[in-house]
Amino acid sequence: MSTATDYLLHLADNALVLGQRNAEWCGHGPILEEDIALSNVSLDLIGQARLLYQLVASLQGGDATEDKLAYFRDTGEFRNYTLLELPHSGPLSGYAHASLDYGTTIVRNFLYSALMALLWEALEKSANADLAAIASKSLKEVRYHLRHSRDWLVRLGDGTDESHARTQAALDHLMPYTQEFWTGSPAEAAAFAAGIGVDLQTLKADWDGIVDGALTEATLKRPLLEGYVSEGKKGLHSEHLGFLLAEMQSLARAHPNGNW
Amino acid sequence: MTTALKEWPLWEVFVRSKQGLEHKHCGSLHAADAAQALDMARDVYTRRQEGVSIWVVPSAQITASNPDEKGELFDPAADKIYRHPTFYEIPDEVGHM
Amino acid sequence: MYTQSFNVPDAPDGKTVPLAPSKEDAALQAAFDTRIDADGRIEPQDWMPEAYRKTLVRQISQHAHSEIVGMLPEGNWISRAPSLKRKAILIAKVQDEGGHGLYLYSAAETLGTSRDQMLEGLHSGRAKYSSIFNYPTLTWADVGVIGWLVDGAAIMNQIPLCRCSYGPYARAMVRVCKEESFHQRQGYEALLVMMTGTEEQKAMVQDAVDRWWWKCLAMFGPPDADSPNSAQGMRWGIKRVSNDDLRQKFVDATVPQAKVLGVTLPDPDLKWNEERQHHDYGRIDWNEFWETVNGNGPCNKERLATRVKAHNDGQWVRDAALAHARKQQSRNMKEAA
Ligand SMILES: [Fe+2]
Ligand SMILES: [Fe+2]
Repeated sequence: MSTATDYLLHLADNALVLGQRNAEWCGHGPILEEDIALSNVSLDLIGQARLLYQLVASLQGGDATEDKLAYFRDTGEFRNYTLLELPHSGPLSGYAHASLDYGTTIVRNFLYSALMALLWEALEKSANADLAAIASKSLKEVRYHLRHSRDWLVRLGDGTDESHARTQAALDHLMPYTQEFWTGSPAEAAAFAAGIGVDLQTLKADWDGIVDGALTEATLKRPLLEGYVSEGKKGLHSEHLGFLLAEMQSLARAHPNGNW
Repeated sequence: MTTALKEWPLWEVFVRSKQGLEHKHCGSLHAADAAQALDMARDVYTRRQEGVSIWVVPSAQITASNPDEKGELFDPAADKIYRHPTFYEIPDEVGHM
Repeated sequence: MYTQSFNVPDAPDGKTVPLAPSKEDAALQAAFDTRIDADGRIEPQDWMPEAYRKTLVRQISQHAHSEIVGMLPEGNWISRAPSLKRKAILIAKVQDEGGHGLYLYSAAETLGTSRDQMLEGLHSGRAKYSSIFNYPTLTWADVGVIGWLVDGAAIMNQIPLCRCSYGPYARAMVRVCKEESFHQRQGYEALLVMMTGTEEQKAMVQDAVDRWWWKCLAMFGPPDADSPNSAQGMRWGIKRVSNDDLRQKFVDATVPQAKVLGVTLPDPDLKWNEERQHHDYGRIDWNEFWETVNGNGPCNKERLATRVKAHNDGQWVRDAALAHARKQQSRNMKEAA
């Protein structure tokens, strides 16, 4: 695979996996208005994924399609951040189940949107014009996602004792996974070298600023990071991605020659 | 907190469908505060490009005229036909006025 | 979606509803009747008979409940949609149904009943919703068939409601109907594409049609002869077309669509009647319908429990937002002071 496709797949898988996760709320949101809002976030993410997969497919040529890329690659071939594949709950083994926790959803959307608001902006200057165009479109979307999740983060952190505790717990659980943002990967390094991608390190100070500002307003404590650094973007995932993909891909794979 | 106060307040939503047009009432929704009402109005009422600008107003803040007073409020305007341009006949040769 | 034009009574809530206004001022009643007879609109602050208000609250809230319960059968396939395009379409569609619920709850709230009160009715099992959503979605083709037939039936039901005598309900229905045509078309088109696919896909479509057809016919509610409430609804302008007329219209519209699609509607008695200039169709199993309405369908318990769980699980989120808003307000007040 070329430099560009590896990197584009990382971006596409991020969008798809988080879109898939957020869509789990559809019909189960804490209030109707929020159910609708979160579906909009999902639709934006799936839209981004589609554009990126289409771009990869056009670069790969042959019979590659967005759906082949989404539905017929296995867990180890997915390049998304581990953060994005985790269920909406505290730490759990892959086959364990828990109720959807809105605190987890909001914290994750906030941490990721804060990154992508910076990354898409930087990618507007990508040497790959198609990617730059996708970045411009996605930037508008993610700015709204950031606003939505940040506002909620403040509400939940500041709200009640229960919401504060739940949100702090979600932050303690998820924050360590953001270390993956700042560790390099061959795909990112190659994309940066080719002028297609961005050196994430250059975004870290701004990201810290966004995060710290919101956490202060939300009266939440930023956890100290140590220990395991996830490696989803290199294809080494949590136990959860396998289940997510098994479900997502089941129908398409049961009818590999189907027309949808 | 009593149960009655557990419900988010109701807001009326007004949307400007395009630049140059007025904001028009399009419905209502529940939100905890004004900023949230605005965001939710965006998500609920402009999913199909219905708007370029939104106002939200707490429903409780709207003062409405009393339907029982409809007669005294609005009927007196009915016979003021001289307020309308069509009341006046102007010779054709004047053209459009 | 989705009214069930039957408008069945909810389980009793202990309060009795006087059928005819008794002590109301006769002049107000007369003015109301005159306006209704002239096909005028009633607005929230206008005087209205208590029975009219109660009937509307019941009908609109049943309609709203149907929309949000109706998110569940199709939502069941979002995670497994077989292409990204279909996934996006389905999320947007299910999301729309949530929006419809929201518009309708808002319309009912103008009658002085809070959304919480209406939800309490749903969650306690007292309030009814459309029986169609108490059946399971077993394959992906069910998503297409629901769009085509269930939304199709709902549109038939809902278009006349855009002229309903109660202004906020009528306006909500205008917005709903605009969105519904996307629902039916996306469903039908999804099926058309599947019918160009493998034999298994075609069989899947036919199987879904077989399972949903009769339930869709029942959606229009009991035959006119057995719908005692219909006459009053018609009188009040909150029901415009009778159950049987709507059902007939639906059958007549659907037969040619089924032909284009290449599926068989599972009714041996379905045939064109030259004399009536309509299709005849077979007998609907009303026993099954009432069983399902009364709580004994295959998914009643699951649907209700799922709604209750989402509501209860969301309580802390709603409380937090309200608590934050109040804190902010008092902080702002302190600042101003
Ligand atoms: Fe609907
Ligand atoms: Fe619909």
